[in-house]
Amino acid sequence: MTSTDTILEIRDLQVSFPGPRRSLRAPRTTVRAVDDVSLDVRAQEMLALVGESGSGKSTVARCVLGLVRPQAGTISYEGRLLGPIDKRPPELQRAVQMVFQDPGSSLNPRMTVGSIIREAWKVHPAVAPAGDRGQALREVLADVGLDGGVADRRPSALSGGQRQRISIARALALRPRLLVCDEAVSALDVSVQSQILRLLVDLQKTRELAVLFITHDLAVVRQIADRVAVMKKGELVECASAETLFTAPSHPYTQGLLGAAYDLEGADVPVRETQEQIS
Amino acid sequence: MTDLLQVEDLEVALAGGGGEGTVIDSVSFSVAAARTTGLIGESGSGKTMSSMSIVGLLPAGAKTSGRIAWKSENLLDAPARRLRQVRGHEIGVIFQDPLAALNPIQTIGRQVGEILRRGGMRRQEVRTKVLQLLDRVGIPDPEQRIDVYPHEMSGGMRQRVMIAMALAGGPQLIIADEPTTALDVTTQARILKLLADLREQEGVAMLLVSHDLRVMAHVADDVVVMYAGRVAERGPAREVLDKPRHPYTRALANNVPAVSTKTAIAEPLQGAPANPFDRPAGCAFHPRCPIARERCRTEVPQLREAEPGRFSACHYASEVSS
Repeated sequence: MTSTDTILEIRDLQVSFPGPRRSLRAPRTTVRAVDDVSLDVRAQEMLALVGESGSGKSTVARCVLGLVRPQAGTISYEGRLLGPIDKRPPELQRAVQMVFQDPGSSLNPRMTVGSIIREAWKVHPAVAPAGDRGQALREVLADVGLDGGVADRRPSALSGGQRQRISIARALALRPRLLVCDEAVSALDVSVQSQILRLLVDLQKTRELAVLFITHDLAVVRQIADRVAVMKKGELVECASAETLFTAPSHPYTQGLLGAAYDLEGADVPVRETQEQIS
Repeated sequence: MTDLLQVEDLEVALAGGGGEGTVIDSVSFSVAAARTTGLIGESGSGKTMSSMSIVGLLPAGAKTSGRIAWKSENLLDAPARRLRQVRGHEIGVIFQDPLAALNPIQTIGRQVGEILRRGGMRRQEVRTKVLQLLDRVGIPDPEQRIDVYPHEMSGGMRQRVMIAMALAGGPQLIIADEPTTALDVTTQARILKLLADLREQEGVAMLLVSHDLRVMAHVADDVVVMYAGRVAERGPAREVLDKPRHPYTRALANNVPAVSTKTAIAEPLQGAPANPFDRPAGCAFHPRCPIARERCRTEVPQLREAEPGRFSACHYASEVSS
């Protein structure tokens, strides 16, 4: 059973980026990428953050990781404020890890798989004592379903699915409590996608991880999420248990989003009972 | 029903940078007039390569054999001059990524009208026709939009511009390569609706290339499932997707999660899609196949009629059931 303790608290988060100029002489406009978003991630839950492109979901993820500095608002992990990544104490850096969308560009092509994973331990030596790193490396590769032989290979010699397993192994090597996955299966072939989804769900259960799963793929969300948060143009419009969200969405935007997907599958669009249509 | 386009025993061999080998291996399928044929496959399956060989858009040095029958001629033998005439005028192409396919420094009006201008149409007529086309593909305020550049539009609008360009020459067939992959769900639904309307109202046939089985089930009349440069299975879309006769199609169909009902994560296939440059011996799918036997390791299965109208390239097609 998932516990209801909150491990990550996002409060009134605001992020703006410089936007285009209206004309050559006009000052730059600003684009509100994240507009007053508050969201809790509970321990050991799979929380999906969905939205269309440009909705701000990846920006929220980057703030959680400390890669983007918000203009306002706070993010705290078990009650401790999370600043930019380089200002975080080591144990907080470790606790929150990320799996990126495209393992082709998020793994260094010049490094072997072994050195990619060992690099994490150079930064955080306490996690794996210097003597046993060979053993620790084999273990973490086994955890993601790879045999020790891949340690000497480079990412280019691996398939897309294997590379994404390496990204996951790199994150797990630091024994995080919260894993942020940004479109972690979107770039994979259909037949490989379910391998990685299974792996993520298994790891979440066995490692008792909380996962913030960012995606635009509603079908995947329905399969794995405990709760779902929906973003639109920088705002959080709805956050509910997966069951509620998919069967009785309350915000018109969510209804539209689901409507398009249900339509494609030839199913009837879910309508809230309070909004019954007059026949 | 008459076939508008027939691809027979198509082979494409590549040599150079990426490796060498027969990446398309005796592929046959057809597109009937005013119908939609879908090409399904994962990366490296040869779906894009097969469709681009129809209009002669292959990497330099590609060697082809077989036949692509289009109006009593073989497009594989057609001279470059003839192919230029076919492209756009007779067969329109919608490319996967409109931002990469559109010219960033020309207005969309200029790009949509290019084929008309080249045909000798007068400027004022071209403008009127382009406005009609933009309106036809559902771009609001064509008068306002005709003079904007691609970067000023959203992804969905750019995809509509691509469709208007493909329609401009009045083609009988449109090849659409992953036309909705880069789009959001709601936009995707609108573009699919537009493509379906075009087929119904203008009678344009379509060759739809996609890895998305949900899109296929929604739009295609017939489907061709490709694996490692070969046809694994083909037949009427509904039947193939509901009752696959090839273990690969079955695995794909089982791997499509639904939004409208909660499904369990499917039993995944082992391994990764085969590399067409380094195709396993025998049936290319055998290393990942749950029902593979000794024969599958050595003997390449031929595409055979498993039941009327249904073709499968599996030695044990009769044992496959969903």
